[in-house]
Amino acid sequence: MNANALLTRLRGQIPLLVTAVLLVSMFSVGSVQYDGFFSGQVVLNLLIDNAFLLVVAVGMTFVVLTGGIDLSVGAVVALSTMVSAWLVEQHGWPPLLVIPLVLLMGTAGGWLMGWIIHVFEIQPFIVTLAGMFLARGLCYTISVESISITDPQYTAMAQTRIPLGDLFVSPSALVALLVVAAGFVVLHYTRLGRNVYALGGSEQSALLMGLPVQRTKTTVYAISGFCSALGGVLLTFYMLSGYGLHAVGLELDAIAAVVIGGTLLTGGSGYVLGTLLGVLVLGLIQTVISFQGTLSSWWTRIVIGALLFVFIVLQRLITARRR
Amino acid sequence: MSAPMNTATAASPVKAVTRSRLFWPAVVLAVLLVANLAFTPDFFSVHLQGGHLYGSLIDILHFGAPLILVSLGMTLVIATGGIDLSVGSTVAISGALACLHISDSSDPGSLGTVLTAVGIALGTALVLGTVNGVLVARVGVQPIIATLILMVAGRGVAQLITDGQIITVTSDPFKLIGGGYWLTMPFAILLSALVVLAAVLLTRFTALGLLLESVGGNPVASRLVGIRAMRLVALVYVFSALCAALAGLMVSSNVSAADGNNAGLWIELDAILAVVLGGTSLNGGRFSIGGTVLGALIIQTLSTTVYTIGIPPETTLVFKAFVVISVCLIQSPVFRAKLAARGRRTRRSTRSHAAAPTNREVGA
Repeated sequence: MNANALLTRLRGQIPLLVTAVLLVSMFSVGSVQYDGFFSGQVVLNLLIDNAFLLVVAVGMTFVVLTGGIDLSVGAVVALSTMVSAWLVEQHGWPPLLVIPLVLLMGTAGGWLMGWIIHVFEIQPFIVTLAGMFLARGLCYTISVESISITDPQYTAMAQTRIPLGDLFVSPSALVALLVVAAGFVVLHYTRLGRNVYALGGSEQSALLMGLPVQRTKTTVYAISGFCSALGGVLLTFYMLSGYGLHAVGLELDAIAAVVIGGTLLTGGSGYVLGTLLGVLVLGLIQTVISFQGTLSSWWTRIVIGALLFVFIVLQRLITARRR
Repeated sequence: MSAPMNTATAASPVKAVTRSRLFWPAVVLAVLLVANLAFTPDFFSVHLQGGHLYGSLIDILHFGAPLILVSLGMTLVIATGGIDLSVGSTVAISGALACLHISDSSDPGSLGTVLTAVGIALGTALVLGTVNGVLVARVGVQPIIATLILMVAGRGVAQLITDGQIITVTSDPFKLIGGGYWLTMPFAILLSALVVLAAVLLTRFTALGLLLESVGGNPVASRLVGIRAMRLVALVYVFSALCAALAGLMVSSNVSAADGNNAGLWIELDAILAVVLGGTSLNGGRFSIGGTVLGALIIQTLSTTVYTIGIPPETTLVFKAFVVISVCLIQSPVFRAKLAARGRRTRRSTRSHAAAPTNREVGA
């Protein structure tokens, strides 16, 4: 590899490097500034509190890599919590039946949206917007009120702590890490993964190369639907309730995590591990603000917006120079 | 011999009406309004009381006024092939700023205070719109993403301005904007009608509308023929932000309070829906302001209907989802081609069964 190619390769990694530096510096500043910040448990809590976001963001990474967008994720998460709570609490279904059913529902919904997007050539954001309306609306047809869960299996999942030496993690955090690992393997070591990158690079070329564009696109949205449903299941463990107003604005957090993680919004370039870093940055912002104590929670939104701004402009500068 | 001639001449104006872009939105609106009659028999009655007009129809116009304004701005943005997700946040910010200024001032009832408050809100919107416009037109960020930034951060800013509280104000001149009456009509209706009229005049009686459509149709070709596409696109986002700010003033004035959390929540989605319902293509390149106004009225009527019937209002979302997707399907050329192909196939098969009496139903 000559020096020039190496440089081009490195330039693509700039957002990822910036994110990594940001993460480390935020953590060190936090450790210097606040008592009790520098501990392994703070890091693990980032994973525990953001497990559902991490899972959803991994699904979003797949969609964004193909150059699409999925606005329905937050609503699908809410619908999953609602359906779980409804079937378990009000109909007495066993959780082991409900969870696969919810996952299947999310996957099927995502698949259907992907199918409509591809076959009828409608913009992804408007189709997933309709999906978002539908999912939130369905939540309210089940119940306008929040349904709390008292099922012993769910409460057990909520309270289980897996010890790691002096520290602990929740089962949800482990599930989220497993999803990240699975996403990594699929994107980098399977044919589907290569198709995803090819489709994001140029749909026209992918089509001319004879790649299964339709199957890849529908699969990607199905993956996002599955991840949203799984995120919903994890959120049900975390909140122990189903509610139509759960996860409002989660789609924005997920997109922010993906962008901050260095994935190009035009598709074709990015990493699942970057998304993991993006989620950790978002979590760290919240942690710092709660440690600070005097800052109100709405600062989280403003900081995330500012970060998004910086990273998007950075992306544009990089892609503009590449051309 | 004259009978077929008559039907032919009679058919062409009918066809002209049904082919009009406004026909289907108007039919939907009419059906919704008539359906309301079944639940509230005096739905269409408008009466004068104390010099003010009252009635369900007036209410729909009154409460729909902010949505009409926001949708108007959105229409022009979508005409250039963009989208503005930040309008909801702009609504919240402008309401919050205006209410903050009025509640902090020593004389909240004076006209000067209110005019300054309106000026502050519109000025801020100018800045916000410019930021969006520069990001889209100059930096070249996709419109969804560029406006997403302000959508996320804007809610936080609005809450920062109101300090997370609901600011209440008592000011008669301010109350006029969204809740007052002028010449028997609610002032909000007159204000939004004025803005809509101005927009129609600007886009349909000058070259501006044509230029917008050409930029939306093909930005590169427009630039090559010498249209300053960049400046036009930026301008459209500024206009959208200004419309949203006006809507924000109306919303906060109507309740005499600013709520950074809930003001204008989801209004961007309703506005997109109104634009789509009105027949403006999301791919850009053509727009219909009249259609958008009808679309906004359809949504407002739907909300009113749902409230009067007593269905939980949140479930309208399900209905909206189906409307969005079916309108988009109808707009999709691929879907139409498939439908037409299927229609042709069935028509051909019925023709082969020469005397099929069901011929009339084909193609419906």
